[in-house]
Amino acid sequence: MALTPRNEIKTYHSTWVKIAHWIGTCSFFFLIFSGFEILMVHPRLYWGETGNDLMPAFLEFPISRNYQHGGWTSLEPIFNRPNSPMSAGRTYSIFNENGWGRSLHFLAAWFLVFSGLFYLILAIFTGHIKNNLIPKFNELTLELIIKDIKDHLKASLAYLQGPQYGLLQKISYLVVIFILLPTIVLTGLTMSPAITASHPYLLTLFFGAQSARTIHFFAASSLFIFLIVHVWMIIKSGFKKQMLAMTIKNNADEK
Amino acid sequence: MQMKNKLIISRRAAIITGLSAAMGTILTNSCTKPLPPTYGNILRMGDVFTYEAQRALLDVKALAKEYNFSDISSFPATGSINPSDASLPGFNVDYELLHRNQFVNWKLPIEGCVARPGKYSMDDIKKFKSRTQITRHTCEEGWSAIAEWTGTPLGLLLHHAGIQAKARFVNFISYDNYNISIDMFDAFHPQTILAYGMNGRNLPIQHGAPIRARIETQIGGQSVKYIKKIVVTDHFVDTGDNGWAWYMGI
Repeated sequence: MALTPRNEIKTYHSTWVKIAHWIGTCSFFFLIFSGFEILMVHPRLYWGETGNDLMPAFLEFPISRNYQHGGWTSLEPIFNRPNSPMSAGRTYSIFNENGWGRSLHFLAAWFLVFSGLFYLILAIFTGHIKNNLIPKFNELTLELIIKDIKDHLKASLAYLQGPQYGLLQKISYLVVIFILLPTIVLTGLTMSPAITASHPYLLTLFFGAQSARTIHFFAASSLFIFLIVHVWMIIKSGFKKQMLAMTIKNNADEK
Repeated sequence: MQMKNKLIISRRAAIITGLSAAMGTILTNSCTKPLPPTYGNILRMGDVFTYEAQRALLDVKALAKEYNFSDISSFPATGSINPSDASLPGFNVDYELLHRNQFVNWKLPIEGCVARPGKYSMDDIKKFKSRTQITRHTCEEGWSAIAEWTGTPLGLLLHHAGIQAKARFVNFISYDNYNISIDMFDAFHPQTILAYGMNGRNLPIQHGAPIRARIETQIGGQSVKYIKKIVVTDHFVDTGDNGWAWYMGI
């Protein structure tokens, strides 16, 4: 081993990756926390433009006292015809902490958006996406994919230094960066009356305001599952080494 | 090859210039105009940033989506649902008296930064050209509903009262003791109306009779029900930190 091949040179994460990673992590924590509070206030999901307590839900969660709560004045038809939409007044005092919940959600969202844009711009221009994230053509064989899945199921996972990512790792990062995060930001914006007034195509893109809310929920759940698997893999491949690689260790230390 | 390189750099420069220009506009606006109070609270500072970003990046005159008559949905009434019922929150003696007389004595004062402050009866308000719109109410709780609203554009009334150039905020005070203020962009938005009709009938008590605001570019809670008074001001009227953002475009 007189010569170290190019692709085995130890590389830790770049400083800008570390910065974006931790700001994104913190904002994600606050977004999940406040997002769960917001869901507790109205723990029902719908499909289409509208959905409320007087309409059937697509999914309901027993996560607060607002779940299937009573306390409504009698239903009154809006029109004098069969199957008329209804109106009723709420007399029940609901759980609602959205005053800080919403403000915290939007504040954290700004941090996610800015760290995301910072990451994306640098990842494109430094070649990080092209060189480290997009799987090489010869990596994409069924054999290698099966091998990588088998490796992940073993008791311990080989520790890869910094951005020498494994195949499944590359694919999951690309899904998070280019599918889940843009979807969660855009569906979030689709729930805004001011933004959809200026950008009405968002409502078309996500099948309506309530559909956008439902997609927002599933994208958040997918990101949460990603987080759990991500942390699990970090533990399996050496928690201490991985944390050092994402924080204080850098390429200059190796020289 | 050199050409290609040059192109990439100029595109990068363009993206960076564009982003910094947008950020710059937002930050300069925040610094040059006195804004609603933040109470030294980081959440409220975030709200002010969101407000400035929306004002800088969005078309303030763009209309909210309007729907078809067949899209009208069931509509829960929340918050206060009857200020003339002493057993419910939001009870108000004056409102109870007005309600007992079918609101014949109801008049809407418009005060503050207007050349001709005055009181408008329901007949006065209905003399203006009306606007009917089928729009979606988006509640901060997470639900939404579609209804048809008929009313007088707030902008017409403000012009009639002789709104002054220094005016910056329109404050709504309601019988159920609710205070909301909006800026001039939302006050003069074509879909911002004082609604007296809902789904082809007079506005029901539960939904804010005799008149409620419809502010279609903000979250439903800003569309104040049971309006008692409108005050136009040249400064932000601080009603204290009630825990909610004052602007709710999102």
